[in-house]
Parts: sequence; structure tokens; C-alpha cells
Amino acid sequence: MENNNNSSRRKFLDKGLKLGLVTAIGGLGLSKIVSQLNAKPDSNSHDKMELMTTDGTLIQVDSTEVHAMDHSQEHDKKYNVREGIPNRKFVMVVDLAKCKNALSCQSACNKHHYITGDNAWVKVYKMQESKDTAPYWMPTTCQHCDQPACVTVCPVDATFKRRDGLVLIDNTRCIGCRFCMAACPYSTRVFNWSEPDQGEITLTMDMEQHQHEASSPEHAGVPSVKGTVDKCDFCPHAIDNGELPHCVTACPNGVFYFGDKYEDTVTNGDETLRLGKLLEDKAGYRLMESLGTEPSIYYLPPTDRLVDFEDGIENYNEFQSVEKPE
Amino acid sequence: MKNYDKILKDLTPRKFNKLGIIWTSLLIVVIIAGLIAYIDQLIKGQVVTNMRDYALWGIYISNFVFFVATSFVGTVIVAFLRLTHKGWRTPLVRIAEIISLACIIMAGITIMIDMARPDRLLNLFIHARLQSPITWDVIIIPTYIVLSFLLLYFPLLPDLAILKKYYKETKPKLSKWYGTFALNWTGSKVQKAIQTKSIKTIAYLIIPVGFILQTVDAWLFSTTYRVGWSSTNMGAYFISGAFVAGVGALITVVYVIRRTYKLEDYITYLHFDKMGRLLVLACLIYLYFNINEYLIPAFLADKEEESHLRLLFFGKYAPLFWFVIIGGLIVPIIVLTFKKGRKPLPMFIMALLVVLGSWWKRYLIVTPTLLHPFLPIQGVPESWRQYFPSLHEWLITGATLAMALLIITMLFRYLPIIPIQRTADENELLKTDKNTES
Repeated sequence: MENNNNSSRRKFLDKGLKLGLVTAIGGLGLSKIVSQLNAKPDSNSHDKMELMTTDGTLIQVDSTEVHAMDHSQEHDKKYNVREGIPNRKFVMVVDLAKCKNALSCQSACNKHHYITGDNAWVKVYKMQESKDTAPYWMPTTCQHCDQPACVTVCPVDATFKRRDGLVLIDNTRCIGCRFCMAACPYSTRVFNWSEPDQGEITLTMDMEQHQHEASSPEHAGVPSVKGTVDKCDFCPHAIDNGELPHCVTACPNGVFYFGDKYEDTVTNGDETLRLGKLLEDKAGYRLMESLGTEPSIYYLPPTDRLVDFEDGIENYNEFQSVEKPE
Repeated sequence: MKNYDKILKDLTPRKFNKLGIIWTSLLIVVIIAGLIAYIDQLIKGQVVTNMRDYALWGIYISNFVFFVATSFVGTVIVAFLRLTHKGWRTPLVRIAEIISLACIIMAGITIMIDMARPDRLLNLFIHARLQSPITWDVIIIPTYIVLSFLLLYFPLLPDLAILKKYYKETKPKLSKWYGTFALNWTGSKVQKAIQTKSIKTIAYLIIPVGFILQTVDAWLFSTTYRVGWSSTNMGAYFISGAFVAGVGALITVVYVIRRTYKLEDYITYLHFDKMGRLLVLACLIYLYFNINEYLIPAFLADKEEESHLRLLFFGKYAPLFWFVIIGGLIVPIIVLTFKKGRKPLPMFIMALLVVLGSWWKRYLIVTPTLLHPFLPIQGVPESWRQYFPSLHEWLITGATLAMALLIITMLFRYLPIIPIQRTADENELLKTDKNTES
């Protein structure tokens, strides 16, 4: 009995103390809010607010000077095309366990970039490391390397690396020497050997839609230019609209995850995952890591596959990656 | 000894004979055909070539490398022999200088033919980036053109003055032209001192520039990750290859010139003997670097290297590869080692083999590597897995070679092939030597 009494009294004291603390803090906060609500612009209150500026320094501002404003849309959009979207670092994760060579990524990419040549920008390779190991399907885009060999060798700075991770091409500057194609170990670059036959009507319509960004390195293939190099641009035009790259949204199997390395998040549209954890759990790797090109595309090994390799065979076309109108 | 009048008569430029006219017109026809093909390429795009996304460089590039290599003869013969005071160089230097200048000019033109957007040529200067090996080429090729020109021009001044005098009565118009280019050369002591000093400076300068030119050319390839290109051997390999191509081209041209202009008195067996020895040395050095380039990767047999080398040693490119190694290097080494092999005709045949081997060698450096990317070639038409030049490419390449030959021919037509003044001076020296002896 005595014990019981003791413990209940202790509980009472404990709760009472906590309650008191909460009321005190709440009261203090309430009085602050009230005083702020009452404060008028002309009244010289000495309340200071601590704020952080956009470049990260802390400042103190008199609370009377602070006004709410709408979130600026313009500010995010206005950036140098060669610098990239501020404070972003785009990455992609390709889960080889899910790929069954559906080729939706390829056809979506071909469609949205008006690819009409003979070499698609997104490829799904039929891979087999050695005859004793299992075959698998490997989709590739431009690897958007952090140490891009193509950018190093470009004599005119037509292909460039941005801070947000993208490697893009200014096809109004490219001189067509093809050194970047020779330098790229991933064979990702495609050349316009002749005047590209992109179907003028659809292209002009699309260009009118995005008139402000007409012929920008941010939407490769709109339009393609004879005698210049093209390749996957990681779809910054889609990112601007808050959308995912076309290959990501088109994939029926959720193979592609796109995201921001700084946010440590990637999404395939259905699920959003922590990049670091995903790479750790599934032993992510990058293509030809030993070359030191530091790609932005991570691959998850084709283990515990959800699909049979054989399922993809019927779609496989060794000699064609762009569908031609009959 | 030969007197001055005979030297003058023998060595002043001569009009084309019938064969000369046929030869020149033939070259012009080939050039026109190539020009038409090039205009077609400009209109339709490089789709007229057989280059595609995998074989993204073809004979334009290998031909360019060949021209650059051949232009090395100016550095080797002229500068080296001049600085080492080898007396036997006299009748050969001008020929070497002319080949060198013609080839480096054509190298510059050939690389522009490979550019798909020649209309944006100025971007190379406006937006130049120093880290790109192409920019290094943009710097070094014009430098070498200027130095090659000066190395041809400065020693030419006394001869131009002689020609001005020679043609004063018979061809006053031509004489005036020679006079203009002779820059009022009188042969005074001051002028001679300036000339000697300038030539010496340029000869010293052209050696490092020639080495840089060949090395930059090698680095165009070795700065990529490609199998067969990313080799630390590349710079020295290219320099020694250029040595071979240059001396080979020199011997071929010297032989033809000697026969057509009947210069047997001036270009003697001694000169062929010396050039033959030089070619053997060049081929031996190049063979050594070839062994390094192919044998060590074959020993390691890294998977990528192995499939690349298999293609060269036993595969599709094997006939060409072994022709280049055996026909273009080993056979000439053996033949030219014997004194009988260093007679003009066998040497001409060997040199022709060497030049042919040198041209195809560049093709073998460029093409098989490109068809061996790291990721398998998939999703492109089957024809893209192969490369053999199209008609357009042959016509255009033929035209560049013809243009180089035309430049050489025209310079031989209007310039004294063998330095007149120097030959006369040397004869004079010999005479006085003999006089003092007797």
C-alpha cells in the first residue's frame, strides 16, 4: 500500500511538473504572438527575428520589417543554361532486376526528341558478361559523367557540364569534329550525318508550344541540326515542368528512378526511395567505374529478377532502335 | 669540274615536256572530281561517306595523319642534316622542304574536310578551349606551315636573284616575279650573315615544333579511352612513323625528279646510298615501336585488347596488317641493308612500298579501334559494324593527294630543284681545294 501511494504521488508530481512547463512555454509563445499581432509598423518594437538569406547567412531583422510574400516562381526558372538549375544534382538509378526489354523508354524518348535517325539515344543492350553468367537487359542513357571525357576534348565548348550534373550540347556551336564521340567510352553520342528528317509539322507545333525555349540545349532534338552531335539530355525541359524524364514515366516496369542527389531521393513515379539506402541495400554500381568518369547513372545488379530474361527476346532487334514509318 | 654556266643550264626551272603536261592535267582532273564530290558532301552532309556513329572517323582522318607524318621530312632531312653539317644533303634539301610544305598545307585542308560544319570554322578561335587536343592542333599546324615555308624560302633567296638575272632578257615578266620574291638579294656579306643566322634559327626551331606536331597528332588518339589508342607509346610511335613516311616519300620523289630532269650528275649513287641508310634506320626504329605497341598488349591479352589484336593479326584486317608490317617495314629493311639494294631503282620500289604501307598503317590505326567500342554495337543497322570508304571519300582523298602532288609539281616547275648558288659554291670550294693541293 505504502509503495503504491508513493508511486502514484510521484506520477502526480511528474505530470504536474511537465504540464506546468508546457503551460509556461505555451504562455510565453502566446504572449509573443499576441505582441507581434499588436505591433504596428510605426511602433518601434525591439523584437528581432532571425532569418536566413538565400545564400545561407543568418541575419537579424526587426520583426516589424518582415512581410509575407508569394513564393517566387520566376526565381527558380531563371538560371544560366550553361550553369544549370541551382542547388540540384540530378541522378538516375536503373534497376536491372526489373528490365524486361519492353522498350517503352526508347520509343518515348524517340518520340519526345523527334529522333528519326538510325541510332536511338536510349538503348537497351542485351548483355552477358561471360558464357557461364546470366544474360540481362541493360538500358543506357547518357551517363552524365562528373568527369566527362567528351567535354574535355571538345575544342569549342559546344558540349558542356553543368553544376546540376547535366552534360548538354549546344548544337548551334558544334563544329562536327566528332572528337566527343571518339572520347565517350559509353558510345552514347549520335551524329546527324544528313539533314534530319524530323517531320516539320509536329516539330514546329512543339516549338511553338515551348517558344521561350526554342532550340535550347535543354531540349535536345528540337530541332536536330545537320553535321552536329546529339545525345540524351536528361530532359531538363521536363524537370522545369515538374515532370520526370520521358523514359522514366514511360517505363511500365519502374526500372528508372530519377532524382536529386542532394535530396538523397529518387523516384520512378510509383515509389520514392532514399538514394543512399537503395544503393547500399542493392549494391548499386556505375558503368566502367575504373575509367574515373564518375557517371550520374547508377545501376542495381540484375539479382532476384522479377521478370524472365527470355520475355524480352521477342522485342529485341539487334539492328534497329528507331522505328521507321512504313 | 662543272662550270657555272652548265650548272645554271642544268638547274634552272624547265618547261613541262609532254609527260609533264599529261601528269599535271591528270592531277587537275582528279582534283576537280574530288572538288565535285566535296561540294556534294557539303550539300547532303557526311551521309555520303561510309562513316557512321561507330566508325565515326575514316580515311579523312587517316589521310590527315599521313600528311602530317610525311611533312616531318622537313624536320628530319633539312634541319637535322643542316645542323649536323652533312654535306651530302645539298641536292636533297629543297626537295624535302617542298614535300614538307605541300604535305602540311594539305594536312590542314584535310582536317577541315572531315569537319561536318566547316561553316563554323571560326568557332575554333572564338570559343577555343586550350584543354582540347584539337586546339593544340589548331595552334601547331599553322606554326609548322609558317616554319616550313620560311625554311624553304630563306635558302631560296640567292637562287631567286640568280633566276631574275637569268631571265632578264628572255622572259622579263617572269624575271620581275623572281625579282620581287628575291627581296633585293645582292649576296652582300651583311645579307649572307642575316640569311645564315635566320636559317639556323628556323632549323633549330622546326625540330621541337616538328616533334610537337607529331606528338599532338598522336595525342588526338591517346587522350581517349579507346582500345588500341590509349597507349603511352603513342607519341614516340608517331614520331618514328613520321620519320619512315617522310624519308620514304623523299626517296620516291627524288627518284622521279632525277629521272625526269636528268639530274644524274647532281643526285648520285652516294645520295641514294645515304638516304637508303637513313630509311633503314627509320624503319628499324619504327619496327621497334610497333613491337612495343602490339606485342605487350598481346602478352597481357586483356579481353578488349585481345579481341582488337585478334582482328588485326588473324581477322579481317590481317592481310592489310601484315602487308604494312612485312611489306612496308621488314622487306625494305632487308633489301636496303645490302649495298646492291641501295641502287636507285630497287630503292624507289622499296620507298614506294614504304609510303604505301605508311598510308594504310594510318588506316589501321584509326578504323579497327573505332569498331571496337566498350559496349557492344547493338540497335544500329548491320552495315554500321563495318567501314570501308565510299566513292565520295575516295574521290576527295584522291584529290587531296593529287593536290599535294600538284603543289610539289608546280614548285618544281618554277623553283630550282637543286640549290644553284650552293651547288656552285661547293664546286668552287672543291676547285680551290684542289688548286691549293696541287
